[in-house]
Amino acid sequence: MISEPNIERPDDFYEALLDAHQGLTPEQSHDLNARLVLLLANQVGRFDVLRDVLRAGRASVDAG
Amino acid sequence: MDYQTLEFTYRRSPDQGRAEPAHHAIVVVGAGPVGLSLAIDLAQRGQKVLLLDNDHKLSTGSRAICFAKRTLEIWDRLGVGQRMVDKGVSWNTGRVFFRDAEVYRFDLLPEPGHERPAFINLQQYYAEGFLVERAAALPNLEVRWDNRVKAIEQDAHEVRLTVETPDGDYRLRADHVAACDGSRSTVRALLGLESKGRVFQDRFLIADVRIEGELFPGDATERWFWFDPPFHRGQSVLLHRQPDQVWRIDFQLGWQADPEAEKQPGRIVPRVREMLRQGFGREVPFALEWASVYTFACLRMARFRHGRVFFAGDSAHGVSPFGARGANSGVQDAENLAWKLDAVQRGLAADALLDSYGPEREQATDENLLNSTRSTDFITPKSEVSRLFRDAVLGLAREHGFARRLVNSGRLSVPAVLDGSPLSTPDSLVGEPFAATALRPGAPAVDAPLVHADGRPGWLLRELGPGFTLLVFGAAPGWAGAMPLAVVAIDGRTLSDRDGLATKRYDARPGTAFLLRPDTHVAARWRVPTETAVHDALRRAIATETE
Repeated sequence: MISEPNIERPDDFYEALLDAHQGLTPEQSHDLNARLVLLLANQVGRFDVLRDVLRAGRASVDAG
Repeated sequence: MDYQTLEFTYRRSPDQGRAEPAHHAIVVVGAGPVGLSLAIDLAQRGQKVLLLDNDHKLSTGSRAICFAKRTLEIWDRLGVGQRMVDKGVSWNTGRVFFRDAEVYRFDLLPEPGHERPAFINLQQYYAEGFLVERAAALPNLEVRWDNRVKAIEQDAHEVRLTVETPDGDYRLRADHVAACDGSRSTVRALLGLESKGRVFQDRFLIADVRIEGELFPGDATERWFWFDPPFHRGQSVLLHRQPDQVWRIDFQLGWQADPEAEKQPGRIVPRVREMLRQGFGREVPFALEWASVYTFACLRMARFRHGRVFFAGDSAHGVSPFGARGANSGVQDAENLAWKLDAVQRGLAADALLDSYGPEREQATDENLLNSTRSTDFITPKSEVSRLFRDAVLGLAREHGFARRLVNSGRLSVPAVLDGSPLSTPDSLVGEPFAATALRPGAPAVDAPLVHADGRPGWLLRELGPGFTLLVFGAAPGWAGAMPLAVVAIDGRTLSDRDGLATKRYDARPGTAFLLRPDTHVAARWRVPTETAVHDALRRAIATETE
């Protein structure tokens, strides 16, 4: 899993992410997020990396 | 013959009048697909078998309808595979719908070079009927109908049973008992044992309907699966086919549904009519054949062997119906147990061989439970977030091929690889290592087309012996002839590898050999087999230490 910066044009990406949610209800945003998770998971592909990412995400939520 | 209404006759046995309980080597309890397969296998191996059933009829309703390739291969060995395949139906085209639209269709292109298809659909009463007829042809297998086990106890030497019949109770003694008496196993309850796990709070309606005429153009057979369709909001529906123009429709009903009300034809018929009208865009005339409302649980017993009593099939484990892992895994339990019981009864192997039944099939059960639970979580999401991801997968699947691999409407039963079995011999370090894709110790043998010396076509699995087989790619070694096993040599002379598929599937080089157990699982494999190595592997495979 890569934790160091790896996203090209990070500010542009962040804006594009918020733009993708523009005009959606919270429910639709949840739906979009779920689809994005699946689409991005397919870009990663490797199960060990995906598992590390899931753990890191959960640990971050648990830490508050 | 109408297997649905077939009744068998209770006959009083001479055992019932004896002052002292009669002794039987092996008693099998339950004449379902599992108990019948086990009893036939044992009888074919020469054992005297008594099969007790608490009823005098075959399966009520179609129940288990999907029989997988491995089951058909086992039934081939039991002499009934061809009948099952001739009567059964198969499908290649599947469609998945989400809400009001088709998400994708797929073709189950069968892998070439196997005698048997990946599965067939066949009503359970046909499967049982064919097995009962096979059992009747075996003089050393006795079936007693309307014989209900009422009490059971055991010590280190024997099992004692009390059996209830229309003529009253009688007693039996047995060396070994196999409990194949289903999910509500009487034997399990009488021994104070439990099957534990996860109960799913959901109900399903099975409706078997007869549709005269073509449902699909050209009378094709397709399997359709709907997630959240307009005619059955929020739930799933499955349509697939059985022989005799009968189609099985499974409606997920949810936990709140009233099972008694849902079972009424007055409720079912309009439900089916609406589903066919919306699904096919026309009125489809049909007649309701059989219906049942069921719930299911994913559970298992902690151990499948208890002294001289063995549990096989639904008595030992329960799975959801998604993936057809109930009857199929039970028939594999039976095949695992049959040769071991036979070897121990004959004194060819020590009791330790029977110990291996538990761990081998418990491991297979865990694999089935895992697959079945995953399918259930996809089909019937149990939380909001589970439904969110399920719907996201289905939403993506139309356009994005990767998401179709995540759609899980049941993963078809495949036989377990018995990794880590104490009966397997680890690979030797001599010679080129086997490819990761090759059959490894613990895996069931796979089929391939062969040709006999006289040009006659054959199949690899058909060549294997009833006991152990040494499968050699090349000339049979001279020393193998004196061993207690069958030798099958794919030497390009007596037997040839028609399409090179056997060589490929077994990753064979000239001289490569596989030792196959009587249940055709791989016990050991070698690049350079030696007499000592094969002898040792054979001893290990019957749980007997090498002197």
